[in-house]
Amino acid sequence: MRTARQAGLVACNHCYLVHGPEESRCRRCGSHLVSRLPGSLQRVWAWLLAGLVVYIPANVYPMLRTATLLDQEQSTIVGGAVELFNHGSYGVAAVVFVASVMIPIGKFIAIGYLALGVRRQVQMHAHRRHQLYEAVEFIGRWSMIDVFVVAILSALVQLGSVAIVHPGIAAVSFALSVAFTMLSAQSFDPRLIWDADEESA
Amino acid sequence: MHIAEDRAVEDAARYIACPQCDTLHLEAEIPEGHTADCTYCGYTLAAPRNNAYARVLSLSVTALILMVGAVFFPFISLDAAGLSNRASVMDAVFAFSDGLMLPLSLAVALLIVLIPVARLAAIAYTLLPLVAGRRPYRFAEPAFRLAERMRPWSMAEIFIVGVAVALVKVSGLASVHFGPAFWAFAGLVIVTVLQDNAMCRYTIWKALEAQRA
Repeated sequence: MRTARQAGLVACNHCYLVHGPEESRCRRCGSHLVSRLPGSLQRVWAWLLAGLVVYIPANVYPMLRTATLLDQEQSTIVGGAVELFNHGSYGVAAVVFVASVMIPIGKFIAIGYLALGVRRQVQMHAHRRHQLYEAVEFIGRWSMIDVFVVAILSALVQLGSVAIVHPGIAAVSFALSVAFTMLSAQSFDPRLIWDADEESA
Repeated sequence: MHIAEDRAVEDAARYIACPQCDTLHLEAEIPEGHTADCTYCGYTLAAPRNNAYARVLSLSVTALILMVGAVFFPFISLDAAGLSNRASVMDAVFAFSDGLMLPLSLAVALLIVLIPVARLAAIAYTLLPLVAGRRPYRFAEPAFRLAERMRPWSMAEIFIVGVAVALVKVSGLASVHFGPAFWAFAGLVIVTVLQDNAMCRYTIWKALEAQRA
Protein backbone atom coordinates (compact mmCIF):
# COMPACT_ATOMS: atom_id res chain seq x y z
CA MET A 1 0.00 0.00 0.00
CA ARG A 2 1.11 3.50 -0.75
CA THR A 3 -0.39 6.76 0.41
CA ALA A 4 -0.90 9.94 -1.59
CA ARG A 5 1.45 11.74 0.78
CA GLN A 6 4.23 9.22 0.22
CA ALA A 7 3.86 9.74 -3.53
CA GLY A 8 4.17 13.50 -2.99
CA LEU A 9 0.53 14.07 -3.89
CA VAL A 10 -2.45 15.63 -2.13
CA ALA A 11 -5.92 14.10 -2.13
CA CYS A 12 -9.21 16.00 -1.97
CA ASN A 13 -11.16 15.33 1.23
CA HIS A 14 -14.52 15.63 -0.49
CA CYS A 15 -14.29 13.89 -3.86
CA TYR A 16 -11.03 11.92 -3.23
CA LEU A 17 -9.34 13.12 -6.44
CA VAL A 18 -5.53 13.22 -6.20
CA HIS A 19 -3.57 16.35 -7.19
CA GLY A 20 0.03 17.46 -7.51
CA PRO A 21 1.55 19.22 -4.48
CA GLU A 22 1.44 22.67 -6.14
CA GLU A 23 -2.34 22.78 -6.44
CA SER A 24 -4.41 24.40 -3.72
CA ARG A 25 -7.98 23.88 -4.97
CA CYS A 26 -9.55 20.63 -6.13
CA ARG A 27 -10.08 20.50 -9.89
CA ARG A 28 -13.25 18.46 -9.52
CA CYS A 29 -15.13 19.94 -6.59
CA GLY A 30 -13.27 23.16 -5.83
CA SER A 31 -12.58 22.45 -2.17
CA HIS A 32 -9.41 23.52 -0.42
CA LEU A 33 -6.68 20.88 -0.62
CA VAL A 34 -4.71 19.78 2.43
CA SER A 35 -2.77 16.56 2.85
CA ARG A 36 -3.53 16.46 6.59
CA LEU A 37 -5.87 18.79 8.47
CA PRO A 38 -3.60 21.52 9.89
CA GLY A 39 -3.35 21.57 13.69
CA SER A 40 -5.67 18.58 13.90
CA LEU A 41 -4.53 17.30 17.30
CA GLN A 42 -4.50 20.73 18.95
CA ARG A 43 -8.08 21.31 17.86
CA VAL A 44 -9.13 17.84 18.98
CA TRP A 45 -7.75 18.44 22.49
CA ALA A 46 -9.16 21.96 22.71
CA TRP A 47 -12.71 20.95 21.77
CA LEU A 48 -12.50 17.83 23.91
CA LEU A 49 -11.44 19.82 26.97
CA ALA A 50 -14.21 22.37 26.36
CA GLY A 51 -16.72 19.52 26.05
CA LEU A 52 -15.49 17.94 29.26
CA VAL A 53 -15.70 21.23 31.19
CA VAL A 54 -19.31 21.95 30.21
CA TYR A 55 -20.28 18.32 30.84
CA ILE A 56 -19.78 18.94 34.59
CA PRO A 57 -22.52 21.59 35.05
CA ALA A 58 -24.69 19.52 32.70
CA ASN A 59 -24.73 16.80 35.34
CA VAL A 60 -24.84 18.97 38.45
CA TYR A 61 -27.65 21.36 37.55
CA PRO A 62 -31.25 20.33 36.85
CA MET A 63 -32.29 19.37 33.35
CA LEU A 64 -36.03 19.66 34.13
CA ARG A 65 -38.09 21.50 36.73
CA THR A 66 -41.54 20.02 37.25
CA ALA A 67 -44.13 22.00 39.19
CA THR A 68 -47.32 20.27 40.31
CA LEU A 69 -50.05 21.57 42.60
CA LEU A 70 -48.40 20.08 45.65
CA ASP A 71 -44.72 20.31 45.10
CA GLN A 72 -41.89 21.22 42.83
CA GLU A 73 -39.15 18.86 41.83
CA GLN A 74 -35.98 19.14 39.84
CA SER A 75 -34.28 16.31 38.05
CA THR A 76 -30.78 15.99 36.69
CA ILE A 77 -29.73 13.85 33.73
CA VAL A 78 -28.97 10.77 35.83
CA GLY A 79 -31.99 11.49 38.06
CA GLY A 80 -34.28 11.47 35.02
CA ALA A 81 -33.02 8.06 33.93
CA VAL A 82 -33.36 6.65 37.46
CA GLU A 83 -36.91 7.99 37.66
CA LEU A 84 -37.84 6.23 34.40
CA PHE A 85 -36.29 3.03 35.72
CA ASN A 86 -38.33 3.25 38.92
CA HIS A 87 -41.49 3.75 36.87
CA GLY A 88 -40.77 0.42 35.19
CA SER A 89 -39.84 1.86 31.79
CA TYR A 90 -36.59 -0.08 31.65
CA GLY A 91 -36.08 0.20 27.89
CA VAL A 92 -36.51 3.96 27.79
CA ALA A 93 -34.43 4.40 30.94
CA ALA A 94 -31.68 2.48 29.17
CA VAL A 95 -31.96 4.69 26.05
CA VAL A 96 -31.64 7.86 28.16
CA PHE A 97 -28.78 6.45 30.23
CA VAL A 98 -26.85 5.24 27.20
CA ALA A 99 -27.38 8.46 25.20
CA SER A 100 -26.70 10.92 28.02
CA VAL A 101 -24.14 9.18 30.21
CA MET A 102 -22.44 6.26 28.50
CA ILE A 103 -22.02 7.78 25.03
CA PRO A 104 -20.60 11.14 26.23
CA ILE A 105 -18.18 9.53 28.67
CA GLY A 106 -17.24 6.81 26.18
CA LYS A 107 -16.61 9.54 23.61
CA PHE A 108 -14.29 11.52 25.89
CA ILE A 109 -12.25 8.38 26.52
CA ALA A 110 -12.29 7.21 22.89
CA ILE A 111 -11.27 10.56 21.38
CA GLY A 112 -8.56 11.03 24.01
CA TYR A 113 -7.24 7.54 23.28
CA LEU A 114 -7.23 8.12 19.50
CA ALA A 115 -5.40 11.44 19.89
CA LEU A 116 -2.85 9.87 22.26
CA GLY A 117 -2.32 7.00 19.84
CA VAL A 118 -1.06 9.41 17.18
CA ARG A 119 1.92 10.52 19.21
CA ARG A 120 2.85 7.41 21.15
CA GLN A 121 2.66 3.66 20.99
CA VAL A 122 -0.71 2.26 22.07
CA GLN A 123 -1.98 -1.28 22.42
CA MET A 124 -4.82 -1.19 19.94
CA HIS A 125 -4.07 -1.98 16.31
CA ALA A 126 -4.56 0.81 13.75
CA HIS A 127 -7.45 -1.00 12.07
CA ARG A 128 -9.24 -1.30 15.40
CA ARG A 129 -8.57 2.36 16.22
CA HIS A 130 -10.05 3.29 12.85
CA GLN A 131 -13.20 1.33 13.68
CA LEU A 132 -13.35 3.14 17.01
CA TYR A 133 -13.08 6.48 15.17
CA GLU A 134 -15.91 5.56 12.80
CA ALA A 135 -18.07 4.49 15.74
CA VAL A 136 -17.41 7.80 17.56
CA GLU A 137 -18.28 9.78 14.42
CA PHE A 138 -21.47 7.80 13.92
CA ILE A 139 -22.79 7.66 17.48
CA GLY A 140 -21.78 11.08 18.88
CA ARG A 141 -24.74 13.07 17.58
CA TRP A 142 -27.28 10.74 19.22
CA SER A 143 -26.43 12.21 22.62
CA MET A 144 -28.55 15.20 21.64
CA ILE A 145 -31.67 13.11 22.46
CA ASP A 146 -31.93 14.44 26.01
CA VAL A 147 -31.98 18.06 24.86
CA PHE A 148 -34.91 17.27 22.55
CA VAL A 149 -36.69 15.38 25.33
CA VAL A 150 -36.47 18.49 27.50
CA ALA A 151 -37.67 20.70 24.61
CA ILE A 152 -40.74 18.60 23.84
CA LEU A 153 -41.64 18.05 27.51
CA SER A 154 -41.42 21.77 28.28
CA ALA A 155 -43.57 22.60 25.27
CA LEU A 156 -46.13 19.89 25.94
CA VAL A 157 -46.53 19.65 29.70
CA GLN A 158 -48.14 23.02 30.41
CA LEU A 159 -51.18 21.72 32.25
CA GLY A 160 -51.86 24.49 34.72
CA SER A 161 -52.61 22.99 38.10
CA VAL A 162 -51.78 19.41 37.10
CA ALA A 163 -48.18 19.84 36.06
CA ILE A 164 -45.93 22.38 34.41
CA VAL A 165 -42.48 21.51 33.13
CA HIS A 166 -39.71 24.06 32.65
CA PRO A 167 -36.32 23.42 31.08
CA GLY A 168 -33.32 23.56 33.40
CA ILE A 169 -30.04 25.31 32.74
CA ALA A 170 -28.25 21.95 32.39
CA ALA A 171 -29.90 21.56 28.98
CA VAL A 172 -27.71 24.38 27.66
CA SER A 173 -24.45 22.98 28.99
CA PHE A 174 -25.35 19.47 27.87
CA ALA A 175 -26.13 20.65 24.33
CA LEU A 176 -22.82 22.55 24.28
CA SER A 177 -20.98 19.47 25.52
CA VAL A 178 -22.44 17.33 22.72
CA ALA A 179 -21.63 19.99 20.10
CA PHE A 180 -18.04 20.45 21.38
CA THR A 181 -17.29 16.73 21.36
CA MET A 182 -18.78 16.44 17.85
CA LEU A 183 -16.43 19.24 16.75
CA SER A 184 -13.57 17.45 18.50
CA ALA A 185 -14.26 14.23 16.59
CA GLN A 186 -14.61 16.17 13.31
CA SER A 187 -11.24 17.89 13.91
CA PHE A 188 -9.51 14.53 14.15
CA ASP A 189 -7.89 13.56 10.88
CA PRO A 190 -8.26 9.75 10.59
CA ARG A 191 -5.20 9.59 8.34
CA LEU A 192 -3.08 10.35 11.41
CA ILE A 193 -3.96 6.89 12.75
CA TRP A 194 -2.24 5.27 9.80
CA ASP A 195 0.64 7.77 9.59
CA ALA A 196 1.74 6.89 13.11
CA ASP A 197 1.39 3.19 12.35
CA GLU A 198 3.57 3.45 9.30
CA GLU A 199 6.30 5.51 11.00
CA SER A 200 6.68 2.96 13.77
CA ALA A 201 6.72 0.02 11.36
CA MET B 1 -1.26 -1.97 -7.34
CA HIS B 2 1.78 -0.28 -8.74
CA ILE B 3 2.19 3.45 -8.58
CA ALA B 4 4.85 5.34 -10.45
CA GLU B 5 7.27 7.26 -8.28
CA ASP B 6 7.30 10.34 -10.46
CA ARG B 7 4.58 12.91 -10.73
CA ALA B 8 3.59 11.96 -14.25
CA VAL B 9 0.75 10.08 -12.61
CA GLU B 10 -1.32 13.24 -12.56
CA ASP B 11 -2.43 13.39 -16.16
CA ALA B 12 -1.94 9.96 -17.64
CA ALA B 13 -4.07 8.06 -15.17
CA ARG B 14 -6.25 9.55 -12.52
CA TYR B 15 -5.92 8.44 -8.98
CA ILE B 16 -8.12 8.85 -5.97
CA ALA B 17 -7.08 8.46 -2.34
CA CYS B 18 -9.07 7.06 0.54
CA PRO B 19 -10.14 9.98 2.78
CA GLN B 20 -9.62 7.82 5.86
CA CYS B 21 -6.15 6.35 5.28
CA ASP B 22 -4.80 8.22 2.22
CA THR B 23 -4.17 5.00 0.26
CA LEU B 24 -3.96 5.59 -3.49
CA HIS B 25 -6.31 3.80 -5.90
CA LEU B 26 -6.69 4.03 -9.66
CA GLU B 27 -9.92 5.82 -10.49
CA ALA B 28 -12.12 3.27 -12.21
CA GLU B 29 -15.63 3.07 -13.57
CA ILE B 30 -17.72 1.36 -10.90
CA PRO B 31 -20.79 -0.47 -12.25
CA GLU B 32 -24.16 0.33 -10.69
CA GLY B 33 -25.05 -1.94 -7.82
CA HIS B 34 -21.40 -2.60 -6.96
CA THR B 35 -19.45 -1.24 -4.03
CA ALA B 36 -15.85 -0.06 -4.06
CA ASP B 37 -14.06 -0.38 -0.72
CA CYS B 38 -10.62 0.93 0.16
CA THR B 39 -8.14 -1.91 -0.29
CA TYR B 40 -6.33 -1.00 2.91
CA CYS B 41 -8.80 0.20 5.56
CA GLY B 42 -12.06 -1.09 4.06
CA TYR B 43 -13.82 2.31 3.97
CA THR B 44 -16.60 2.41 1.34
CA LEU B 45 -15.38 4.79 -1.34
CA ALA B 46 -18.25 4.44 -3.79
CA ALA B 47 -21.56 2.62 -3.99
CA PRO B 48 -23.43 3.76 -7.12
CA ARG B 49 -27.03 2.56 -7.35
CA ASN B 50 -29.52 2.30 -10.21
CA ASN B 51 -31.46 5.52 -10.80
CA ALA B 52 -29.82 6.95 -7.70
CA TYR B 53 -30.11 10.61 -8.71
CA ALA B 54 -33.79 10.42 -9.56
CA ARG B 55 -34.46 8.50 -6.37
CA VAL B 56 -32.45 10.81 -4.10
CA LEU B 57 -33.98 13.88 -5.76
CA SER B 58 -37.54 12.64 -5.34
CA LEU B 59 -36.87 11.61 -1.73
CA SER B 60 -35.37 15.04 -0.99
CA VAL B 61 -38.39 16.83 -2.43
CA THR B 62 -40.72 14.50 -0.50
CA ALA B 63 -38.83 15.22 2.70
CA LEU B 64 -39.06 18.98 2.10
CA ILE B 65 -42.83 18.77 1.65
CA LEU B 66 -43.18 16.62 4.78
CA MET B 67 -41.08 19.15 6.70
CA VAL B 68 -43.52 21.94 5.81
CA GLY B 69 -46.36 19.81 7.19
CA ALA B 70 -44.33 18.85 10.27
CA VAL B 71 -43.67 22.47 11.17
CA PHE B 72 -47.08 23.99 10.54
CA PHE B 73 -49.58 21.32 11.57
CA PRO B 74 -50.33 20.42 15.21
CA PHE B 75 -47.79 17.94 16.51
CA ILE B 76 -48.98 16.37 19.75
CA SER B 77 -51.72 17.15 22.25
CA LEU B 78 -52.02 16.17 25.86
CA ASP B 79 -55.11 15.68 28.02
CA ALA B 80 -55.22 15.30 31.78
CA ALA B 81 -57.90 16.02 34.36
CA GLY B 82 -59.93 18.10 31.97
CA LEU B 83 -56.96 20.23 31.01
CA SER B 84 -55.39 19.94 27.63
CA ASN B 85 -52.46 21.40 25.80
CA ARG B 86 -51.14 20.98 22.33
CA ALA B 87 -47.67 21.63 21.07
CA SER B 88 -46.27 22.10 17.59
CA VAL B 89 -42.67 21.56 16.53
CA MET B 90 -42.25 25.33 16.80
CA ASP B 91 -43.37 25.20 20.45
CA ALA B 92 -40.63 22.64 21.10
CA VAL B 93 -38.14 24.99 19.45
CA PHE B 94 -39.28 27.92 21.59
CA ALA B 95 -39.32 25.87 24.81
CA PHE B 96 -36.00 27.48 25.72
CA SER B 97 -36.98 31.01 24.76
CA ASP B 98 -37.08 32.57 28.23
CA GLY B 99 -33.99 34.41 29.38
CA LEU B 100 -30.59 32.76 29.44
CA MET B 101 -31.58 29.76 27.37
CA LEU B 102 -32.62 31.69 24.26
CA PRO B 103 -29.53 30.63 22.25
CA LEU B 104 -30.55 27.02 22.80
CA SER B 105 -33.86 27.72 21.06
CA LEU B 106 -31.93 28.93 18.03
CA ALA B 107 -29.71 25.84 18.17
CA VAL B 108 -32.72 23.50 18.34
CA ALA B 109 -34.35 25.35 15.42
CA LEU B 110 -31.16 24.87 13.42
CA LEU B 111 -30.72 21.20 14.30
CA ILE B 112 -34.25 19.95 13.70
CA VAL B 113 -35.67 22.30 11.05
CA LEU B 114 -33.30 24.78 9.40
CA ILE B 115 -30.25 22.58 8.76
CA PRO B 116 -32.31 19.61 7.49
CA VAL B 117 -34.22 21.95 5.14
CA ALA B 118 -31.05 23.66 3.90
CA ARG B 119 -29.37 20.32 3.35
CA LEU B 120 -32.33 18.83 1.44
CA ALA B 121 -32.63 21.97 -0.68
CA ALA B 122 -28.90 21.94 -1.50
CA ILE B 123 -29.07 18.27 -2.53
CA ALA B 124 -32.14 18.91 -4.72
CA TYR B 125 -30.38 21.92 -6.29
CA THR B 126 -27.33 19.77 -7.11
CA LEU B 127 -29.24 16.80 -8.48
CA LEU B 128 -32.04 18.42 -10.49
CA PRO B 129 -29.89 19.17 -13.58
CA LEU B 130 -28.16 15.77 -13.27
CA VAL B 131 -31.49 13.98 -13.46
CA ALA B 132 -32.51 16.08 -16.45
CA GLY B 133 -29.14 15.37 -18.09
CA ARG B 134 -28.25 19.06 -18.28
CA ARG B 135 -25.30 21.15 -17.17
CA PRO B 136 -25.20 21.58 -13.38
CA TYR B 137 -26.43 24.93 -12.04
CA ARG B 138 -23.97 27.60 -10.97
CA PHE B 139 -22.53 26.98 -7.51
CA ALA B 140 -23.71 23.35 -7.57
CA GLU B 141 -20.30 22.26 -6.22
CA PRO B 142 -20.25 24.59 -3.18
CA ALA B 143 -23.91 23.72 -2.54
CA PHE B 144 -23.17 20.00 -2.46
CA ARG B 145 -20.07 20.52 -0.32
CA LEU B 146 -22.20 22.46 2.14
CA ALA B 147 -24.80 19.68 2.15
CA GLU B 148 -22.08 17.16 3.02
CA ARG B 149 -20.74 19.39 5.79
CA MET B 150 -24.21 19.82 7.32
CA ARG B 151 -24.86 16.10 7.43
CA PRO B 152 -23.87 15.38 11.07
CA TRP B 153 -25.79 18.47 12.26
CA SER B 154 -29.06 17.45 10.65
CA MET B 155 -30.81 15.84 13.61
CA ALA B 156 -34.45 15.33 12.63
CA GLU B 157 -34.25 11.58 13.30
CA ILE B 158 -32.75 12.16 16.74
CA PHE B 159 -35.56 14.57 17.55
CA ILE B 160 -38.19 11.93 16.80
CA VAL B 161 -36.48 9.45 19.16
CA GLY B 162 -36.44 12.24 21.77
CA VAL B 163 -40.18 12.68 21.25
CA ALA B 164 -40.69 8.96 21.85
CA VAL B 165 -38.76 9.13 25.12
CA ALA B 166 -40.72 12.22 26.22
CA LEU B 167 -44.02 10.47 25.50
CA VAL B 168 -43.06 7.54 27.70
CA LYS B 169 -42.29 10.02 30.47
CA VAL B 170 -45.73 11.66 30.27
CA SER B 171 -47.75 8.55 29.48
CA GLY B 172 -48.55 7.93 33.14
CA LEU B 173 -49.61 11.52 33.66
CA ALA B 174 -51.88 12.24 30.72
CA SER B 175 -53.31 10.81 27.54
CA VAL B 176 -51.47 11.69 24.35
CA HIS B 177 -52.91 12.36 20.88
CA PHE B 178 -50.85 12.58 17.74
CA GLY B 179 -51.51 15.33 15.21
CA PRO B 180 -50.74 15.21 11.48
CA ALA B 181 -47.36 16.86 12.05
CA PHE B 182 -46.21 13.90 14.11
CA TRP B 183 -46.85 11.52 11.24
CA ALA B 184 -45.28 13.96 8.78
CA PHE B 185 -42.17 14.11 10.94
CA ALA B 186 -42.01 10.32 11.33
CA GLY B 187 -42.37 9.98 7.55
CA LEU B 188 -39.66 12.57 7.09
CA VAL B 189 -37.25 10.51 9.18
CA ILE B 190 -37.89 7.36 7.12
CA VAL B 191 -37.54 9.24 3.85
CA THR B 192 -34.28 10.86 5.03
CA VAL B 193 -32.80 7.50 5.98
CA LEU B 194 -33.75 6.03 2.57
CA GLN B 195 -32.25 9.09 0.87
CA ASP B 196 -28.99 8.84 2.80
CA ASN B 197 -28.66 5.17 1.89
CA ALA B 198 -29.22 5.78 -1.81
CA MET B 199 -26.80 8.69 -2.02
CA CYS B 200 -23.17 8.12 -3.00
CA ARG B 201 -21.21 11.35 -2.80
CA TYR B 202 -18.30 10.13 -4.89
CA THR B 203 -20.61 9.19 -7.77
CA ILE B 204 -22.30 12.60 -7.56
CA TRP B 205 -18.94 14.40 -7.71
CA LYS B 206 -17.98 12.40 -10.79
CA ALA B 207 -21.32 13.08 -12.44
CA LEU B 208 -21.04 16.83 -11.74
CA GLU B 209 -17.62 16.83 -13.35
CA ALA B 210 -18.79 14.83 -16.36
CA GLN B 211 -21.79 17.12 -16.95
CA ARG B 212 -19.66 20.25 -16.69
CA ALA B 213 -17.19 19.06 -19.29
